[in-house]
Amino acid sequence: MLKTFKKGGIHVPEYKLTAEKPIVDIPAPREVVVTFSQHIGAMAVCDVKPGDHVVKGQIIAKANGVVSANIHTPISGKVKTIGKWKTAFGYPCDTVTIVASDEDVQYDAEHGFEPRTEEEIKALTPEDIKEIVADAGVVGLGGATFPTKVKLCPPPGMHADILIINGAECEPFLTNDHALMLACPDEIIEGVKYIMRATGVNRAVIGVEDNKRDAICNLEKHLEGESGISVMPLKTKYPQGGEKQLIKAVTGKEVPNGALPISVGAIVQNVGTAYAIYRAVKLREPLISRILTVSGKHVQSPGNFRVFLGTPLKTVIEAAGGIPEDTGKIILGGPMMGKAIVSIDAPTIKGVSGVVLIPEDEARRTQENPCIRCGACVEACPMGLEPYMLMPLTENGEWEMLNEHGVRNCIECGCCAYSCPSNRPLLDFIRLGKFKVNEMMRKKS
Amino acid sequence: MSLIYVSLAILGGIGVLSSLILYIVAKRFNVEENPKIAEIEELLPGANCGGCGKNGCHDFATACAEAKSLEGLRCPSCNDEIMARIASIAGLAPAAPAKPMVAVLHCNGTCENRPVKSEYDGPVSCHILNSLYIGARGCAYGCLGCGDCMLACNFGAMSLNPLTGIVEIDETKCVGCGACAKMCPRHLIELRARGPRGLRVYVACANKDKGALAMKECGVSCIGCGKCVKECVHEAITIKDNLAYIDYEKCKLCRKCESVCPREAIHAVNFPVKKEAQAAIND
Repeated sequence: MLKTFKKGGIHVPEYKLTAEKPIVDIPAPREVVVTFSQHIGAMAVCDVKPGDHVVKGQIIAKANGVVSANIHTPISGKVKTIGKWKTAFGYPCDTVTIVASDEDVQYDAEHGFEPRTEEEIKALTPEDIKEIVADAGVVGLGGATFPTKVKLCPPPGMHADILIINGAECEPFLTNDHALMLACPDEIIEGVKYIMRATGVNRAVIGVEDNKRDAICNLEKHLEGESGISVMPLKTKYPQGGEKQLIKAVTGKEVPNGALPISVGAIVQNVGTAYAIYRAVKLREPLISRILTVSGKHVQSPGNFRVFLGTPLKTVIEAAGGIPEDTGKIILGGPMMGKAIVSIDAPTIKGVSGVVLIPEDEARRTQENPCIRCGACVEACPMGLEPYMLMPLTENGEWEMLNEHGVRNCIECGCCAYSCPSNRPLLDFIRLGKFKVNEMMRKKS
Repeated sequence: MSLIYVSLAILGGIGVLSSLILYIVAKRFNVEENPKIAEIEELLPGANCGGCGKNGCHDFATACAEAKSLEGLRCPSCNDEIMARIASIAGLAPAAPAKPMVAVLHCNGTCENRPVKSEYDGPVSCHILNSLYIGARGCAYGCLGCGDCMLACNFGAMSLNPLTGIVEIDETKCVGCGACAKMCPRHLIELRARGPRGLRVYVACANKDKGALAMKECGVSCIGCGKCVKECVHEAITIKDNLAYIDYEKCKLCRKCESVCPREAIHAVNFPVKKEAQAAIND
């Protein structure tokens, strides 16, 4: 019997069109636009001036406070401008534009990062590893982009006893983690070991949904002879990759409302993050590239790509054969949790796990009907909330009541809106309600 | 037959008993309320708009009845006469007449000035749209046209013009309570002094982008060029974040800024039509 979480969840069509595709490198562009706000938390503070010459991997914006992350330049070149640039959603954001000359391209081709030797790595203390991760600007690459350093440092008095590596990848279309587990199992395992050393945890479980049998077998093969790390096949069910759902599936423990995973002794990291930590510790390479999936039913050659951060989304989509003519919507991230974008000139950022192109006839929302009180949303909600109730409460601005009904526990997975037979935009309202209640609570404290 | 009489007697008995209990409770636990409160509340509009800063009309009436001076207590939708009557009920001197205010929308991004670039088919709510993306018209600062302010207005002063796609404010109905200003997720609505005979000059734009970008986004955006600042002899105009703002306290309604604005972003309303312009219309 495969393990999974108990409450709610739905089965969505998988559309893993790119599951067999290898990871293709997209060459670094000559001009990159790097935004300062690529993570959850405070925006990084710019550390360069226009006209400065920067070298690949150099810090161009420094973390501002604890919950923040460093930003590095993915290419060598000259800082052309510092200013506002529109993000994929249209809002202006502070950015740096870096342009590479011929010499810079030549330099990048010849000079790589100098890997740490085995002795050097052995000499690293847990604090050193945490420091390296923070310096490298590593954030959670599953999509939430929470600074990894914060997760590696449990609050005083708390102790972690299990490390869970999230390889569930429950979103339809996305296969970037799948491709990574097939292509770089050794690197992921090495990264997991570094996290274990940094946190002092001696048991790690890599949770993978059982629709990725080849990835499970591959990891198991490379884990032979390793102690403390194991692979756990999980039932294919959305949102299996949700942090709290994954903990429930792997350990059987439920994270209390409003508490962090550490309260049940668990630390959760994405496989992509483990891989990024490997690159940071072993190869001395900061987070300047990531793997993402470009997919869609009518995309000519969908695939998994390794992209330098700052590459325009346009370039990434072109690598998959360009935008099909009948495209109605382009989504950043998976179709369940991702958001539709308005500009493909925007740069790739740390949190982009995929680009999904939805055909015109499927892009539209369907006619909204009144709630028929069927309870499908309640059954689907993996957090045990009552979405049918939260939506009208938000419409009427009953923030206190919303808080009592636990709107802050919503993980915004979209199961409610997906399962609603009346096509009600439940998630849109609940997300707004959650935002408003959080704002209210911040004001109170 | 007797069953009916028995039921009637029981039900009637319960009724009489309950009313007796209610009567005793009402007498025993009666809270003496200042009779002035009810009297003042009669005069108020009862819209509970929150424009006075209190939680609704009853709260305002209580505050008036218990206040030592009416200074700072003002219902935005009541005229001076009603305020004087409230003062006489409270037995206090009426507060100095306040400047009548009116809501002003700092956006003129109509369909013509700001063509639709993308299609939004989600829930009709400015707040949701604002959190999802920039909006169908491609301006990060302008009116989204979903009408959250219309829902907030208790006086029916806001309406969405389907031809322009932006909200219009009916100044005859607007009382200046500011409920709409609080609601707007982009803070586009400002309460400004109505001005003498309703004359007002204001910047109908909230775009804080640099000139070149602002120009691309909308045909009538303020680009922060500063021409109006130079023209204004009353030092009423300031530029902050590439956006001009006219201080209505300092503005002398000379309209010089309106004519120099290269973007037609400065609006002067309720001014009589100039003679030459009238002649041109007549021709």
